[in-house]
Amino acid sequence: MSEYLVDIKNERLSFFTPAGEVKALNDVSIHLKEGEVLGIVGESGSGKSVTAYSLMGLTAYPGKLIGGSLYFNGHQVDQMTDKEMRKIRGNEISIIFQDPMTSLNPVYTIGNQIMEAILLHTDKSKEQARERAKELLELVGINEPDKRLKQYPHELSGGMRQRVMIAIALACEPKLLIADEPTTALDVTIQAQILELMMDLKKKLGMAIIMITHDLGVVASMCDRIAVMYAGKVIEYGTADDIFYNPKHQYTKGLIRSIPRIDAKEHERLIPIEGTPVDMLNPPKGCPFAPRCEECMKICLREMPPVTDLGDVHYTQCWLIQKEEMEKGAAK
Amino acid sequence: MSDKQNSFIQVEHLQQYFPAGGFGRNKKYIQAVDDVSFTISKGETLGLVGESGCGKTTTGRTLLRLYEPTGGRFVYDGNVIFDVDKKQFVDMLPYRKRMQIVFQDPYASLDPRMTVGDIVGEAIDVHKMAANKQERYEIIIEMLRRVGLNSEHANRYPHEFSGGQRQRVGIARALAVRPEFIVCDEPISALDVSIQAQMINMFEDLQEEMGLTYLFIAHDLSAVKHISNRIGVMYLGRMVELADSYELITRPLHPYTKSLISAIPIADPKIAKESKRIALQGDVPSPLNPPSGCRFRTRCPYADEKCAQETPKWREVERGHFSACHHIDKLD
Repeated sequence: MSEYLVDIKNERLSFFTPAGEVKALNDVSIHLKEGEVLGIVGESGSGKSVTAYSLMGLTAYPGKLIGGSLYFNGHQVDQMTDKEMRKIRGNEISIIFQDPMTSLNPVYTIGNQIMEAILLHTDKSKEQARERAKELLELVGINEPDKRLKQYPHELSGGMRQRVMIAIALACEPKLLIADEPTTALDVTIQAQILELMMDLKKKLGMAIIMITHDLGVVASMCDRIAVMYAGKVIEYGTADDIFYNPKHQYTKGLIRSIPRIDAKEHERLIPIEGTPVDMLNPPKGCPFAPRCEECMKICLREMPPVTDLGDVHYTQCWLIQKEEMEKGAAK
Repeated sequence: MSDKQNSFIQVEHLQQYFPAGGFGRNKKYIQAVDDVSFTISKGETLGLVGESGCGKTTTGRTLLRLYEPTGGRFVYDGNVIFDVDKKQFVDMLPYRKRMQIVFQDPYASLDPRMTVGDIVGEAIDVHKMAANKQERYEIIIEMLRRVGLNSEHANRYPHEFSGGQRQRVGIARALAVRPEFIVCDEPISALDVSIQAQMINMFEDLQEEMGLTYLFIAHDLSAVKHISNRIGVMYLGRMVELADSYELITRPLHPYTKSLISAIPIADPKIAKESKRIALQGDVPSPLNPPSGCRFRTRCPYADEKCAQETPKWREVERGHFSACHHIDKLD
């Protein structure tokens, strides 16, 4: 038994497309304790969703896990059969998808869809399941639950639908909730409501959350730990304070520098990260960020940097930092 | 700004209703834009923010007559483009050369069967801006260079480009006719974070080089604040506040603006944890049947009797700072 609720070790996952192998995840290690909130940030295609989906056994064809081990709550997920997986999926581990418009089934009522999860995983009767569904709707802040249970998804607004998604995800009181860009499709004021609700529920129910997003603002307010992903690698991992106040990797630094701040006083020019995201079919040799990196050295183009530990939970993969740390070690 | 006669762009009481079923007396309308007035000086950027469905995109498109306006008046550089009361509608063709638009979705707004060169060149043909093929080619290449692409891109098709590059093509197309005024309709919201900063900088550079005037529409208040001189905030088809960007962010007057600003997640864990959100209850009402009086009253914490009966007047509360709310004086 490991001390972590989620322990992903050296995961490698590739998509075998007609155009060639896409190494979506390359040596990804992530761990998370019970009740913690982990944020995974990165650009589209960086592998943040794939990581979370593989933990639920939801890797889509032609994706295939080709290395590493995934532990969740004592189960070794990568060794489980589909049947075993179905028992924990939706029960001990659930997910909220990005788009509440498409992730609910339009031809079933809200009540039907919430009850489905309850009936599948518990031995409650239909009556009890309906009562529980009502409780859940109240829990996620939807009033008049009796009326709502009979409504169809199209009768609800985006924010309401996302609340229903959360209710379904929480139906069996999971230990881990994966939220895949839960607020990207919503307006800011609704986003604020949903994030507040999630934090509130976390306090009440004590579950752990993996929050996948590209919005640094969202992770700053919610997460204990942050993993920054780039081209299928976790290039920096640390506490929220480490990442925001003491970023080490050039990509993390660039990302934080490049977002316009609402509280900026003077009009300062933004400092963007130049170049374009990696073509995952033909990734560069060595560090994937090297072609866009200002501090790129010769070795960066040849070899992938090793993991450099920077204290308790903070680590990064960058030659520059590796060099600095080695010099520090030598000086001692 | 106070000198209305000299404004480059002058919009008065713009109204855009879309028919939405019903016959005769029961005919229903979506009140997408209602009584919106603003001015933009030459070389200035006016930001327009609000939640989805607030009418910001419709405002931009109606000005360019992509929709036929149902009310109001638009004076462009001293020329009346339309005046619905006087039934005056000008022929748009010569003005299409002076006003352009960049659309939100770079995937949907480029014809997949045209090469990038032809996409940019189409406008040059329509307005007969090139005397011969050679000249046409030169203009295309120059425009591509301005947006950070090069001559070899001209023969490629849109699907060969990334989202950020496609958006550059969309901008090159808008620039090809050397316009003075560009409506930027959420040009950065579909792009990755690290690319957004590149685009914002490019918009600023182009404005300086070519003396452009922007109407910059977005829902991301931080980005709008960065690029705009002044910002207008819309809610359910009406403008609720308009002021200098820094003034609007630091001293918002309207309760909606206040909650909108407080809802923005700040990418700084310490500030994010300390900041208090002014949570808005509920969702935006339907524009088919907006609330009487002040349209924000159903979600406003300060709403009273008067708000339901009277539509608040659009007035200049302080020099250059406009707002429409009955309670502004009480709220400080």
